[in-house]
Amino acid sequence: MSASPETLIKDFGKPSFLSTLTLFDWVWAALVVGGAAYVLYRYGAVMSEYEIGTLCGGALLLTGTGWHWKPLRVFSLAVAALSLSAVWLYGSQLASAETSFILRYLLASQSAIMWMSTLFILGTLAYFISLFARSDYAGQLASAFTWSAAAAGLIGLMVRWRESYLIHPDVGYMPLSNLYEVFILFMLVTTLLYLYYEGRYQTRALGPFVMLIIGAALAFLLWFTFERDGHEIQGLVPALKNWWMKIHVPANFVGYGSFALAGMVAIAYLLRERAERVNPQGVFATRLPSLEIMDDLMYKAITLGFGFFMLATVLGALWAAEAWGGYWSWDPKETWALIILLNYAGWLHFRFTKGWRGTPMAWWAIGGLGITTFAFMGVNMFLTGLHSYGGL
Amino acid sequence: MNTATPSAHSRARIWLEFFGSMTLAITLLSALAISSVVGTVLRQNVPYEDYIIKFGPFWFEVYKSLGLYNVYSAGWFLFVLGFLLLSTSLCVFRNTPGFVRDMRDFRLQHSTRSLRAFAQHAEWTVTLGAEALTAPLKNYLHARGFRVRVKPQGAGLLLAGMKGNANRVGYILTHVAVVVICIGALLDGNLPLKLKEWRGEVDLETKPGILISQVPKESRLPMDTPSYRGGVVIPEGASTRELVLQMRDGYFIQELPFEIRVKDFRVEFYDNGLPKSFESDIVLTDPELEQPLEQTISVNHPLVYKGFTIYQSDFRDGGSRLDLRAWPLRGNSGEALSVQGMVGNNHRLDGPDGSLTLELTDFRLHNVRSALPGSGKKFVDIGPSFTFKLRNEKGEALEFENYMLPFDQDGRGFFLSGVRSDENAEFSPSRIPADAQSGVAGFMRFHAALRDPAQRGKAAQRAASEGPPGTRALAGTAGELLERFAAGGFAATQEYIVSQLASAEGARREQLARAYVALLQNSLHALYVNLDLPRATDAARQQQLFEDAVNTLGALPEYAAPFYFELVDFNQVQAAGLQIARTPGKGMVYLGFGMIVIGVFVMFYLPHRRVWLALSEEGGRTQVLLAGATNRDQLGFAREFEGLRDGLKERLQRL
Repeated sequence: MSASPETLIKDFGKPSFLSTLTLFDWVWAALVVGGAAYVLYRYGAVMSEYEIGTLCGGALLLTGTGWHWKPLRVFSLAVAALSLSAVWLYGSQLASAETSFILRYLLASQSAIMWMSTLFILGTLAYFISLFARSDYAGQLASAFTWSAAAAGLIGLMVRWRESYLIHPDVGYMPLSNLYEVFILFMLVTTLLYLYYEGRYQTRALGPFVMLIIGAALAFLLWFTFERDGHEIQGLVPALKNWWMKIHVPANFVGYGSFALAGMVAIAYLLRERAERVNPQGVFATRLPSLEIMDDLMYKAITLGFGFFMLATVLGALWAAEAWGGYWSWDPKETWALIILLNYAGWLHFRFTKGWRGTPMAWWAIGGLGITTFAFMGVNMFLTGLHSYGGL
Repeated sequence: MNTATPSAHSRARIWLEFFGSMTLAITLLSALAISSVVGTVLRQNVPYEDYIIKFGPFWFEVYKSLGLYNVYSAGWFLFVLGFLLLSTSLCVFRNTPGFVRDMRDFRLQHSTRSLRAFAQHAEWTVTLGAEALTAPLKNYLHARGFRVRVKPQGAGLLLAGMKGNANRVGYILTHVAVVVICIGALLDGNLPLKLKEWRGEVDLETKPGILISQVPKESRLPMDTPSYRGGVVIPEGASTRELVLQMRDGYFIQELPFEIRVKDFRVEFYDNGLPKSFESDIVLTDPELEQPLEQTISVNHPLVYKGFTIYQSDFRDGGSRLDLRAWPLRGNSGEALSVQGMVGNNHRLDGPDGSLTLELTDFRLHNVRSALPGSGKKFVDIGPSFTFKLRNEKGEALEFENYMLPFDQDGRGFFLSGVRSDENAEFSPSRIPADAQSGVAGFMRFHAALRDPAQRGKAAQRAASEGPPGTRALAGTAGELLERFAAGGFAATQEYIVSQLASAEGARREQLARAYVALLQNSLHALYVNLDLPRATDAARQQQLFEDAVNTLGALPEYAAPFYFELVDFNQVQAAGLQIARTPGKGMVYLGFGMIVIGVFVMFYLPHRRVWLALSEEGGRTQVLLAGATNRDQLGFAREFEGLRDGLKERLQRL
C-alpha cells in the first residue's frame, strides 16, 4: 500500500470524540438540552441565577454522563417521561391521587416507592439465585429488576417534589432534606454506582453483596415509613432553605454510596480470597471477579467517594457559613465528615505510598464503611448537634 | 567548626526525614481522627455544672485539665494539628522539586532493551523506514493526548510521550490546600485571645446573670480584635454595640466598631408550629458611614459589612409586657391582684406564707399541638402561654407554664397550668375549668367562697334545710365537711369521713358513707348556687360546669402555688438572636477549599502516563517497540495500553 505522507499522518491520528457518537446520542443530547431550554424559556423569569446555573450545568453534565455511560440515557428518559406524566395527571389537585388509577397504583410518590421496594426485593433474590445457581438468565433478570427499582425510586422522589408544592406552595421543597428522602437517595446512588461498574466489568456476581446493604437500607425505610410516618411531607425549617443544599446532599450521598459499594466489594474480596485457599471449586472462587479486579473496584469506589465527600464537606462548610454563622463549628456531623475524610485519606496514602493492596485494604474498607455508617446514622441517633434535621 | 557542620547538617536531615515521613503523617491523621471523636461523644461547651453532675467532682477536674470540654481548642489538639501542618508542608516541600523535574523529563534515556522489560510492551516489524514512520507515529501519540519528544537512538529513533502532568499539579494543590486551610482557620481562631488570657491581659467573666454594662474591663475585648464569632440577643427597637463571646464556663464581651439596632423582627410558622421563616430589619450605624445602613437579614441571608458578617441565628422573647391577674388560692382573700409584668424581669408578691418572687421567663404566642382525631385538622393552635418561676424566701423555685385561653376538651374548656421542679422534667399539667363565659373568674369565686367560713356556714345551712327530713340537724356536719374539703380537698374529706365511720360496720357503714358524700355534694352545690354565677344555657352543661369545678377543687390543694396566674392581656416583644463574626481568614480557607476539591479530582482522574516508541531500522525494515508505564491505576492503564496497542497494530498492518 502506498500512501502520501499526509494521509499516513492523518490515518495515524484519532477520530474526534464527537464523530464516535451515534444518532441516539445526538437525540439524547437534543432532548436534554432542549428540555432545559424549554424550562428556561418557560420559567427563566422566576429563577434565580443559582437556579439557572444549576439547570444549565446539570443539563450539560447529564448529556456528557449519558454519552459516557450509555444505559443512563434510556433510564433518564423513562424517569423523565413517567415523572412528567405523574405531574400532568396530578394537575393542580393533590386529591387526584385518589381518583386517578395510574397515580394511585403506580406513579404517586408513595406508590412508586413501594414499587421500588418490591423491585429491589425481587432484584436481590434474582442476584442471589444468579450467583449460587450459576444462572445467567437470573442475572439478566436481576439487572432488569434493579434498573427498574432505581427508576421507580427516582420517579418517587421526582413526584414527591411536585406533591410537596401541591400541599402548599410554601411547603414545597426539593425532597433531599429529611431522613426518609435521603435514604431513598442513598439506595438510588448506591444502586446506580453498582450498575455502572456491573456494566463496566461485565460481572453480576457482586450484585448480591451490594444488594445486602440496599436491603438493609430498605428495611429501615419501611420501618421508618410504617412505624414513624417518616414519609409525611413537612415544610423545611429556615436553615435548610438554601441553594447549597441541592448540591451538598447529592454530593454527600455519592460519597456514602461509593463507600458502601467499596465496603461490600471488600467483603466479596475477602470471601474469594478465602475460597481460593479453602474451596477453589466453590461459587465464590469461580463466580466472583478476580481479586485484582475487585481490588481495583474498591480503589475506584473509594477515590470517587473521597472526591465527592470532599466536595460535599466543602459545600457544607460554605452553606454553614450562611446558615449557622461560621464555616466550621465542630458540630458532630461536621466532625464525623472530617473523620471519614481522614480515614480514607489514610487508606489512599497507604495504597499510593506504601503500595498496600488486597486483604488489609479490604478490611480497612469494611472498617471505613462502619465509620461511614456511624457518621450517616449514628450521629443523628446518639449525638446532638446542629444537624438535627434527619432526626429519628 | 568545620567538622561540626556536616554532622549538624545530617542531624537536620534526620529531623526533616522524620517530620516529613509518611508514617508520622498517618499517625497524626489517626490521632486527629480519634481526638475528634472524643469531642463528638462528649458534648462540648455545655455549662460546667452539667459535667460535674455527670462525672462527679473528681473526674470533672481530671477531664477539665485534659481540656475535654473544649477539645477543639485544647492545647494538645492544636499541637496535633500543628504537627500535621508541619508534616504536610515538609512532604510538599520534599516532593515538589522531584515532581517538577519529572514533569519536564521525558525519560529519553531508555534503551530498547530496558523498554522490553516493561510489563506493558509490544513489538512489530514493518517494511517502512524509520524516517517515514516518525511523523505518523508522533501524530498517533499526539492525537491520544501525549506530548512527544523525539531523540535519535542508534540506528533508529526513540519517541517518548507523556500525559497527565496535571496529576502532579493535583498532588501539589491538594497538599498545599491543607496547609492553606489550616492557616486560614488559624487566622479565624481564637489563638491570640488565648495567648492574651495566658499572659493575664484579659480575664474570663464567669458570673452568671450580670448585666453587660457591669462586666469589668478585664473581660472586655477591644474593637481591634482581629477575629471573633459571638452572639447577641436584641429586642425589637433596641440596639447594641457589644457581643458576647461564650468560652468554657464564661464569656468575654467584645466591643463592636458599629451599632446594630433591630427595627423589627418577624417570624412565620407552618401549620405544624415549626418556624417557616424569621427575619430582622436591622440598622447598622457606623461613624464611617454617611447614613445608617438598613437591611433585612434572615437565616441563610446574612449582611456582610467590612469583613463582618451579621447572621440571623434564632429568636426568643425580648421582654413581652404581660398583664396578669394573680388569683390567691390560700387564705381568706378572694380578690385577684393585678400584676403588670415583663418577661425577663422579677416581681415581688406578698403571699400567705411570706413574700414570693415571680420570675417571668418566657412568652409564646403560638402553641401547636396535634389535633384530636376526627376534628378534620392535623394541628391545632391552643393559643398564647407564658412560663414563670415562683421563688420563695428560701430561694426554692418551681416552674410553671400557664395558658391564656381555655383548651377545648369535648366541648368543655380548661385552662392548663403545668408545674415542674426540675428543668429537664416535663410539665405535669393541672386544669382549671372555664366558667360559662370562658373565663377563670367563676371558678375562682367558687374557690374563694369555699375558703370563706361565713359563706360555708350559709351553704351548710341551706344544704341541710333543703335536704330530706332528718338531715336538717346536720348543718354542723355539712359545715365540717366543707371546711375539710376547703383545706385538704378529696383526700382530707375522705380521711374525715373514714374517721367518723370508725364505729359503724358492714352495710350500715356503706350507707352512712354515701350519705356523707351526698351531704358534701349538696353543700357544695348550695355554695355554688349562692354565688349566683353566670349560668350555661342548658342544664346538662350547667351541671357539667359544676362537676368540673368540684373535681378541680378537690384536687387543688395539690397545686403547688399559692396563686393562679391568669394572663389577661399581652403586648408581645420579640428579640432577634444574631451572630456576628469577623473572619479575616475566610478568603484563605475558601481558596484552600477550591484547591483541595480541584486537586483531588485532578489527582484521581488525570493519571500520569508515559509511553515510548523505539524504532530501529535494519535493511529497509523497521522494528517498532511500544512500551508504557504509569505510577498508579495499573489496571486502568493496562486497559488503555491495550487500546493503544491494538490501534497501532491495525494501522501498522495496513502499511
